[in-house]
Amino acid sequence: MLLIKCPWCGERAETEFSYGGEAGITRPRDPDALSDAEWADYLFNRTNPRGAHEELWNHAHGCRRWFGAERDTVSYVIARTYKLGS
Amino acid sequence: MKYSALNLVRNALTGNRNWTPAWRSPEPAREYDVVIVGGGGHGLATAYYLAKEHGIRRVAVLEKGWIGGGNTGRNTTIVRSNYLWTEASLLYEKSMQLWEGLSQDLNYNVMFSQRGVYNLGHTLQDMRDIERRVSANRLNGIDAEVVTAAQLKTAIPYLDTSPDARYPILGASLQRRAGVARHDAVAWGFARAADSLGVDIIEQCEVTAIRTEQGGVSAVETTRGTIRAGKVGVVVAGNASVLASMAGLRLPVESHPLQAFVSEPLKPVLDTVVMSNAVHGYVSQSDKGELVIGAGIDAYLGYGQRGSFPTIEHTMEAIITLFPIFSRVRMLRLWGGIVDVCPDACPIISKTPVAGLYFNCGWGTGGFKATPGSGWTFAHTIAQDRPHELNAPFDLERFTTGALIDEHGAAAVAH
Repeated sequence: MLLIKCPWCGERAETEFSYGGEAGITRPRDPDALSDAEWADYLFNRTNPRGAHEELWNHAHGCRRWFGAERDTVSYVIARTYKLGS
Repeated sequence: MKYSALNLVRNALTGNRNWTPAWRSPEPAREYDVVIVGGGGHGLATAYYLAKEHGIRRVAVLEKGWIGGGNTGRNTTIVRSNYLWTEASLLYEKSMQLWEGLSQDLNYNVMFSQRGVYNLGHTLQDMRDIERRVSANRLNGIDAEVVTAAQLKTAIPYLDTSPDARYPILGASLQRRAGVARHDAVAWGFARAADSLGVDIIEQCEVTAIRTEQGGVSAVETTRGTIRAGKVGVVVAGNASVLASMAGLRLPVESHPLQAFVSEPLKPVLDTVVMSNAVHGYVSQSDKGELVIGAGIDAYLGYGQRGSFPTIEHTMEAIITLFPIFSRVRMLRLWGGIVDVCPDACPIISKTPVAGLYFNCGWGTGGFKATPGSGWTFAHTIAQDRPHELNAPFDLERFTTGALIDEHGAAAVAH
């Protein structure tokens, strides 16, 4: 069981959270200017690293706020969690 | 050495001293026509069909661990072909047809048992989806039928078909030709058959880099030295993104742990395979009497080859909902395989922008059943440098063109 530290609520069990996937993917400002390949890259391609991963989590059964986390995808150790934009 | 009744008797009479290993352990050569990265079932099948169907025998299969140690030995062994969309069902049906002759073809008993697979429906919408899928299967020439709750009660006595169950069972789809196969035997059988055709199976050999020259693949760097290759086929399941990044490619897959469980051995209690989408679990009984149980992936990305406790709990809840009789059964073992999941829950069997580099990945939770067909189509794609019509729709390009094959939910369960 992962113990995840919500930046607002503190450490809670993983069952309170839902996973939001890779962090730092920004929606292109002008989608019409993109080629199909660039749009596909934004939409579907993911880094999917073996090791450190910046990702989004939502405290779904708590404060319901999104936050960022840096987690190792092999050991599952969460190095840090942070408020988005901080 | 051919496995036969005669050889069995002959070796028994000579004290079983003359059996030879099922495959050699050669040192890697400096160069091969084709290097297959990944010695799982799909990779070994690819090498086997490259040698058998296309006459390409200077082939190496590079495996970073040992044969049968990855996902091929970490699944629930279910084989079926009752997918909804034509592209998917034809691909899996090709596999099914290969399964039906596989033990004879490989001269190795893969213990393929066509004991049928039931996919339960718990709501009116489930039943509508089941009728639609069964009709689609029949139109594609795949056996499928809809069964009622009363028929289920007769066929699977211990299934809780009572109308006051928490998730009452209204009926199911049934594919009678579906079933299970022994997963280890599939890996060993393909390894032995490929080896006998001259394929070098090189274990304990991890690929650390992919070299390219003038836009084409030229060699792979491994923990056992540089191996030059005319073509490289990568089929490494959960590590697909890691290998892709070595060639500067990005893939539309994410890796997640998928768990499987085996109980203590029981006397025969379940002679078929039962899957449920709504409570999300599937169970069969192995020839040794163990219940073989699986469910969904862990929600978060992971390469750890172990699953989370909440998923274990959820899986057991699902199985006990279906079979209350199993509530006191103890689990013996559990393990996690790392599956690479595509956004449309369909695989990628494809050429890449790098000439001579091919990827076979994205099988998600449903790769085992496709082992022979995956290898057969991937071998064709590598040998001819163009996809077979069966795997042409599963090109990497579909994510750019938008021609996705949306099997999420359309398929019978989470594969």
